[in-house]
Amino acid sequence: MNQDIATINGKVNGDAPEFDTLEERREEMRGKEMTGAEIFVETLIDLQVDTVFGYPGGAVLNIYDMLFGNSKLNHILIRHEQGGTHAADGYARATGKPGVVLVTSGPGATNTVTGISTANMDSIPLVVFTGQVPSGMIGNDAFQEADIIGITRPITKHSYLVKDVNQLERVIREAFHIAATGKPGPVLVDLPKDMVKTTGIYTGNREVRLPGYKPVTRGHSSQIARAAELLSNAKRPLIYAGGGIQLGDASEELTELVEKTNIPITTTLMGLGGFPESRPQALKMLGMHGTWYANMAITECDTLLAVGARFDDRVTGKLEGFSPKSKKIHIDIDPSSISKNVEVDVPIVGNVKQVLPELTKRVRPPEIDEWWNTINRWKEEHPLQTPYSDDYITPQSLIEKISDITEGKAIMVADVGQHQMWLAQHYDFNYPRSMLSSGGLGTMGYGFPAALGAAVGNPDRTVFAVVGDGGFQMTAFELATAVQYEVPVKIAIMNNGYLGMVRQWQQLFFGKRYSHSRLKQANPDFVKLAESYGATGFRASTPKELDPILEKAMEIDNRPVVMDILIPEEENCFPMVPAGAALNEMIEGE
Amino acid sequence: METHVKRAATDRSTRKHTISVLVNHSFNALSRIVGLFSGRGFDIDSISFGTGQEPGLARVTITTHGDEQIIEQIAKQLHKMVDVLKVHDLTYEAFVERELALIKVNATKSTRAEIMQLVNVFRAKIIDISKESVTVEVTGSEDKITAAMGMLRQFGIIEIARTGSVALKREWQGEA
Repeated sequence: MNQDIATINGKVNGDAPEFDTLEERREEMRGKEMTGAEIFVETLIDLQVDTVFGYPGGAVLNIYDMLFGNSKLNHILIRHEQGGTHAADGYARATGKPGVVLVTSGPGATNTVTGISTANMDSIPLVVFTGQVPSGMIGNDAFQEADIIGITRPITKHSYLVKDVNQLERVIREAFHIAATGKPGPVLVDLPKDMVKTTGIYTGNREVRLPGYKPVTRGHSSQIARAAELLSNAKRPLIYAGGGIQLGDASEELTELVEKTNIPITTTLMGLGGFPESRPQALKMLGMHGTWYANMAITECDTLLAVGARFDDRVTGKLEGFSPKSKKIHIDIDPSSISKNVEVDVPIVGNVKQVLPELTKRVRPPEIDEWWNTINRWKEEHPLQTPYSDDYITPQSLIEKISDITEGKAIMVADVGQHQMWLAQHYDFNYPRSMLSSGGLGTMGYGFPAALGAAVGNPDRTVFAVVGDGGFQMTAFELATAVQYEVPVKIAIMNNGYLGMVRQWQQLFFGKRYSHSRLKQANPDFVKLAESYGATGFRASTPKELDPILEKAMEIDNRPVVMDILIPEEENCFPMVPAGAALNEMIEGE
Repeated sequence: METHVKRAATDRSTRKHTISVLVNHSFNALSRIVGLFSGRGFDIDSISFGTGQEPGLARVTITTHGDEQIIEQIAKQLHKMVDVLKVHDLTYEAFVERELALIKVNATKSTRAEIMQLVNVFRAKIIDISKESVTVEVTGSEDKITAAMGMLRQFGIIEIARTGSVALKREWQGEA
């Protein structure tokens, strides 16, 4: 808790005294009578929240008044509440801390829904505070009233409607605890206007008591022993690692297991960077657009260790054909993820960070030279393809260029579509929490605002948003936010004038009937769009034009850069497992 | 856990389950439980919600059906909820289960005696009477209530209200 003293002295009550430590501040504030708005701000400061993504409105004006001139809480005024939840989500994925959102009632609250659902599907810790009409008016169809608790119930880990100002502090502390622990997820707190206006007592009591909420962290030791035995004796073992590695900060522990055993490892979209791809054991991504060799390895393996992954249908393909020859071990913090889609032989419920070292301790390196020979042959015969041209920019080579110029060290944020898969395939991911993508919900419009949030949380790292011309237009207005706060996000638009993935499916499965997937006729001039916001805009249509603009973009450190990069209109993303096919039934290209 | 998984792999037959859930007494908790079933495509055959012996807690009794894999998911998903303290699938052990039904049935002078005989057979009670109808209170298993309704149907049922099952684990299960 080595905090800069200057940051501990946020202004609450306008004239709060100076404090050296959070503890001192808490002791001083303990037992004080405050308005709900003051309790809100004080509790956030005590929880070491540094950034709030928000948008003001009638029901939260009392809270916003407390943020006026507040030096402790950094408030980022987003331009649409959906952008706010995506930004908070990107902040959370990149930093590991819960993302915080503050919006008003009614439309402010309903606009957060897509972002909350995105976070929920990928288990991202968010705390979303929504204003609400005064408690006496709830249910009367009051102005800007929406039953946001009801609307978000299926897409939140938990939610609260605050009915007593003296419960507000406890609720906020519980909300952060629930969001960030166990399997993380979004928590919504609905704040009726009277709850922030009336006064109550700030207790400074940090203890959270939730008798119904006790996430399991330590795996069952006899199950871990069984798993170790299976892996030690395996002839064709494979590790399949998912987003749990990032969320559980277990990248090192996973790497140690692989280093000891030399077992090949494939990661899901959410797991990319959780294991360094520069190491020889990495088979890169599996699934619908996974590598040929990863999908073959999972089909042929005899022992499969799933770590922090949930057997999503984009990963498994047709269930009957998924890894049919393997004994399956599954480590996951969420018991309901185990045997939900695929029956497993050895379930281990626990935190991957705690379970993996136990497993590494007990496992003996299996004898798998023959298995590696097979895999290496697959790798040689079916590598990922990168077409090159001097005349136009191929999307695969674009990602390789970005990978080179950032030395694989950037935080890469994808939107949803072909570019997302090209990024996943061709960037050199070597660091955890460095590939951010809406994997579960597949939210177009996620990429740019999430990159903005990631950059706010990581001012020292390069943050790249790779987006399509379709998805970018869903949230492009957040350029205003990035300009206002001087966030140097690099936005690479893979502009093919189409909803590329939709077009690819229409080409392959709907007889080239490109129904309503062409955008080119009315795409904006993205360079002028950027410039109109005060951002920098570049365009490239040949490899020769691309290099200088990437270099210039890397040098800009005080504003967003939009790169309109023209790519071939009808380039497809391969390999591809058609929907409903098994993983070894890949299409490898024209 | 392991035995559950094994069973799931082999048993695909559907059966009725009675699940007892101890939750925080709040309507948000009840909504979340009902929403879980509708959102994930699970069935609710009956549900009852009432306060328990501890203040602030309520017991929800749900009867549902499904194969082992579905029932296992239901139990796990319920358990995941922050407001849920305990989930007990009573089906795997001895338990007592009761439902109460109020059945308003046509009853004229000529049929009243026969209805009262039937009521006695089911150890039910007549709790209201008018010139044209009687209201019968039946308590028991779901089967018994269905049987009572079946027998009363011939007189013409006017209205029915059923509580859904409430259930508790049987404590004394006898010597082996």
